[in-house]
Amino acid sequence: MRQWLAVIAVAVLIAAAAPADAVEMRGTGTLGVVIERASGSVLIVDTTARAAIGRVDNLGDLSHASVVFSPDQRHAFVFGRDGGLSKIDLLAAAVTKRIVQGGNAIGGAISDDGELVAVSNYEPGGVRVFDARTLSQVADIPALGTDGRASKTVGLVDIPGRRFMYALYDAGEIWVIGFPGGATPRIDKLTGIGKLPYDGNVTPDGRHYLAGLFGEDGVVHVDLWQEPLRARRILDNYGRGEERLPVYKMPHFEGWAAAGDLMLIPAIGRHELIAIDKQEFREVGRVATYGQPVFAVVRPGGRHVWVNFAHPLNDTIDVVDTMTLKVVHRFKPGPAVLHMEFTPRGHEVWVSVRDANKVQIYDATTFAKKAEIEAKAPSGIFFTARATRIGQ
Amino acid sequence: MCVTSSTWRWWPSAILMFGLAVAAAAASERSPDTEKLTHLVRQDCGGCHGLTLKGGLGKPLTAEHLGQWNRDQLTSIILNGVPGTPMPGWRALMSEDEARWIADLLKRGTLR
Repeated sequence: MRQWLAVIAVAVLIAAAAPADAVEMRGTGTLGVVIERASGSVLIVDTTARAAIGRVDNLGDLSHASVVFSPDQRHAFVFGRDGGLSKIDLLAAAVTKRIVQGGNAIGGAISDDGELVAVSNYEPGGVRVFDARTLSQVADIPALGTDGRASKTVGLVDIPGRRFMYALYDAGEIWVIGFPGGATPRIDKLTGIGKLPYDGNVTPDGRHYLAGLFGEDGVVHVDLWQEPLRARRILDNYGRGEERLPVYKMPHFEGWAAAGDLMLIPAIGRHELIAIDKQEFREVGRVATYGQPVFAVVRPGGRHVWVNFAHPLNDTIDVVDTMTLKVVHRFKPGPAVLHMEFTPRGHEVWVSVRDANKVQIYDATTFAKKAEIEAKAPSGIFFTARATRIGQ
Repeated sequence: MCVTSSTWRWWPSAILMFGLAVAAAAASERSPDTEKLTHLVRQDCGGCHGLTLKGGLGKPLTAEHLGQWNRDQLTSIILNGVPGTPMPGWRALMSEDEARWIADLLKRGTLR
C-alpha cells in the first residue's frame, strides 16, 4: 500500500512539474524558418514533413532579413531591416525575446561558441554585439573609417575563435573583431582595400574571406590563416573593361558555391558566374547564366550550383554542373524567385517564389517538384543545420 | 424617411462598389500600370531602399529626404541612375511616364 502511494505521489509530482506551456517533444534538426517579408512574420517549417508547422508574427520590417541559429538548434535569431533582433523558440513558435537594437540593420552572425550575436547596421552604422541568452548588449563598435566618417557595414560573418568579420561599405575597409575573453573586443583593421565592398563571406572552413567590390572591378581576399592579416586583390578587371549592365539587385555572397577545387561567385553587372581556383584564388572559367546572378548556392557535396537572378529575370533558376561549368537545367518556378536553401545533406531544395506567395520544394537530383507551401511574400529560407556551419 | 432597414443594409456595399468603380476608372485613365509600379517600388526599389523606403544600402526615399530634388531631377535619376553608386538606370525597364509617376509617388510620400 505504501509503495502504491509513493508511485502515485511521484506521478502527481511529474505531472505538476510539466510546464503549462509545454511543447511537443521532438528534435529540431529538420526545422527551419521562412521569412515572410511583407507581413513581418516567419513560418516555422519542417523539411521532412514538407510543411509549415507554425507562424510567428510582429517581427517588424523583414525586407532583407536573415537568420542564424543557436548551437542547440532550438532558437532562431531573426535580424530585421528595422534593427529588430528577435529570438524565436522554434518548438513553441513564439518570440522568446525581442529588441530593436539599431535604426536600420542588414544582417547578423553568431559566434562559434554560440554566446555572442553580432548585428551589422546601416544606421547608425557599425556592429553591435549581444549576449545570445539575454540579448543584452555586450559591445557597440562604431565603424569609423580612417577618414573619420561613420560607415555602413556589410558581409558580417562569424569566424573561428569568438570572432566576427565584416567590411565597411563607405570606408573601404575590412575589420576583424574578436572577444578572446569577456566583453572587450580586439579589433584588427585592414584599410584601403578597395571601393564600396558590398558583401562578403567566409569559406566553410573559416579560412578565406572574400568581399565583392562595387566601386571597382575586382574582389578582395583575406587568408585568415596567415598572420599578419593582409587584404589581397583578386580577379582584377574581371569585367574586362566592358561596361557593366545596370544592377537591379545586388548579388549575395551567402551560400556561395565551394565545390571541389572551385568556387563560383556572381559577377556583378554580368550574366555570369566566375569560377575561382580555391588554392590560387585566380579565375579558371566562366559560366554563362540566364541573368545577373543574385545567389549561387551549392548543393551540399558540391555536385551542382543553383542560381537565381536579379529583376527583371528573377522568374528563373539555372542549375550549373560544377564539373563542366555548364547549365544543365533551366526552369521557371514563378515570379520573383528570391532564395534557395538545401536540406542538410542536399536531397531537396526549397525555393521562395515571392510573387506567387509560395515556397516550392524540388528534388535536387531529378529536379522534379515535390511540394508547395503557402507563404506570404516569402524571401529568405534558413534551415537549422546552419547552426553547425562556419560563416552562417 | 421611408427606407426599410433591409434597404439600409445594402448601402455600405453600394458605396463601396461605387468607390471601386471610380478608383478603377481613375487607374485606367493614367497610362502607367500603377499597381505594377507600386509593386516595383515597394519590392524592387525596396531591396536597397527598404520595404518602407526608409533606406538601406541606398538612401531613404521618404518625401522628407527627397525634398531637395524636384520632379524632373528624380525622374532623371530613376531613368539614368547615379554614376559611381549602385543606383542603376531603369530606362531599359520603364518609360519616362512611368518614371515620372514613381517620382510623383515618392514626392507625395503616399506609398505607405
